[in-house]
Amino acid sequence: MTAAKKQQIAFLIIRTLSILVVGILFVILGFIIIRGIGVINWDFISKMPEEGMLEGGILPAIIGTLYLIAGSILFAFPIGVMSGIYMNEYLKDGPAKRFVRLMTDNLAGVPSIVFGLFGMALFVNKLKFGDSLLAGSLTLGLLALPVIIRTTEEALKAIDDTYRHASYAMGASKLHTIKKIILPAAFPNIITGLILSIGRVSGETAPILFTVAAYFLPRLPHSMFDQAMALPYHLYVLATSGTDIDKARPIAYGTALILIIIVLICNLMANLIRKIQRK
Amino acid sequence: MNKLFKNLQVGILAFSSLVTTITVLLIVIFLFSEGLSFFNKKPIEPGFIIAVHPDNPITFINPTECKRIFDQDITDWKEVTGHAQPITLVTLEDIGNNYSEEQMGAEMEYLDTCYNHFIQGDKGVIAMIPERNFTNKIKANKLKLDKNSIASFVQGKEWFPTAKPIAQFGAFPLLVGTFLVSLGAILLALPLGLACAIFMSEITSVRIRSYMKPVVELLAGIPSVVYGFFGLVIIVPLIQKVFHLDVGETALAGSIILGIMALPTIITISEDALQNVPKSMREAAYALGATKWQTILTVLIPYARSGITTAAILGIGRAIGETMAVLMVTGNAANTTLNILKPVRTIPATIAAELGEAPNGGIHFQSLFALACILFLITMSINLYVNFISRKKA
Repeated sequence: MTAAKKQQIAFLIIRTLSILVVGILFVILGFIIIRGIGVINWDFISKMPEEGMLEGGILPAIIGTLYLIAGSILFAFPIGVMSGIYMNEYLKDGPAKRFVRLMTDNLAGVPSIVFGLFGMALFVNKLKFGDSLLAGSLTLGLLALPVIIRTTEEALKAIDDTYRHASYAMGASKLHTIKKIILPAAFPNIITGLILSIGRVSGETAPILFTVAAYFLPRLPHSMFDQAMALPYHLYVLATSGTDIDKARPIAYGTALILIIIVLICNLMANLIRKIQRK
Repeated sequence: MNKLFKNLQVGILAFSSLVTTITVLLIVIFLFSEGLSFFNKKPIEPGFIIAVHPDNPITFINPTECKRIFDQDITDWKEVTGHAQPITLVTLEDIGNNYSEEQMGAEMEYLDTCYNHFIQGDKGVIAMIPERNFTNKIKANKLKLDKNSIASFVQGKEWFPTAKPIAQFGAFPLLVGTFLVSLGAILLALPLGLACAIFMSEITSVRIRSYMKPVVELLAGIPSVVYGFFGLVIIVPLIQKVFHLDVGETALAGSIILGIMALPTIITISEDALQNVPKSMREAAYALGATKWQTILTVLIPYARSGITTAAILGIGRAIGETMAVLMVTGNAANTTLNILKPVRTIPATIAAELGEAPNGGIHFQSLFALACILFLITMSINLYVNFISRKKA
């Protein structure tokens, strides 16, 4: 067989496998969308669940997830951005920086169920928050932290040093330069990281299993010390509880679709910002 | 004053950068303090002891034997190095059935006498006695029971954390299950992911590549419960049909779903590795008359090998720690099996499934933390190793 023939065959295989990868995504998305689209209507997203979750809407799960997103981001975003600033603008390359980065990488690699156990041990039991939005938000925030730190660092690194030098030449201090020059310039990229971590936080289940998630709670949470329902946990319960599958399935498809929509919106927005940024 | 304020601001920045380090340390402290206290306990119901007839030469028993005795798998003392003598089980319930409330006393104050009466009547007796009732009125040998050991935890073949009176904490099937599912996942994902990376980096146009990137990102963004749900309603029935199985919830189903979930990691990192190959290397290969494919095979892949290895290792790391999707599709039976068409149970799935029912601070609860320690150590070593090779390269 000639080299050209070999290449033809190899590329054919590689192309096929790549199409398969894209195909997998579209099959999953298509499947959830087709099965879920008929379920979603105004009642579904605005009503309380009824009949042991087999009827009615999923409002408390949506609200719970929104609260969790807000809580975790409120906690993780400022810390993550500040940490990224310190890492990129202040820490010099050396053992200290390597160590902090290693720890951040390690935190990023910790399995989500371990976050769940840790959140339960620290926030729920030790600090006595109980199963609550607060405990769940903090746990999810810690999980999102490495992503935010990393994207902030990348965003700052992408800012050309001429910006910094120009600002110093004008007599601005380092802190002033960061606040007025560097951060505004890096902001779109930092926001991209934020949006992607919102997508991640909204879908995580294992960390909230033992820190906040309520099985069936047909009311909205009153305070941050309240338990709450959440979309991913709701989907898990609906998908695996054996009672009356025929009635549970449509609601499960609808819930999955809402989750997918959140993720899709986050990804689209992130890509949009990137595109605008590049122009 | 202004200077102080500035220093304060920088101090806050510095502290923020320590949050991840502090968190990792706290995770280690909380995980290991609960997990290690598991190894300070005995696997018996708290507040109970196990005793035998004073003439019985047995003084020591291991948890597995003990469970088999109480399950009546072992029915004669000669099976556990004693004399030939049929075993008679005595639990609190048996005492309640054989003696009247009057005999036991209103406050159970004569329970010890009842126990003693029962034990003296049968040389083959093994009795489970509440510790506070084990007075010197009972003429019996208290059996020694080992504390949970790391060796028996890792090697033990049976996981029955709520078995009574002796719980079984053998994590071996869970370890095997975890590795089986993850290995299967990586075997599926690596060729697929690598092909996709080669396609994006070497074969296709910039335009198509810019469409592929969001696809990969989206694949990474889909929540694991959604993958699990998809697996449950599509993959599981499919496997059941194709292989004519009774249940489709198998290790294979887990591997397929985890393989898909590991794809983005593998694609992104190996694509980066291929992109990092210097242009001069490609051009040198072309100058020698190599085709594109020959260049990929003999120059690019060997050069990017460490990057591709990293991709595979991180993919495995992702698969090992994944919880919800696996919990939903693998059937969760603690089998020690290498058959991918059997249900298996992984470590994360075990924690997720059982923690809700395990009483806080009890031995079962702690055993799950011990499992989490194993999980943490595995993923931590993976990260350290990857960090090590990427530093060596740099």
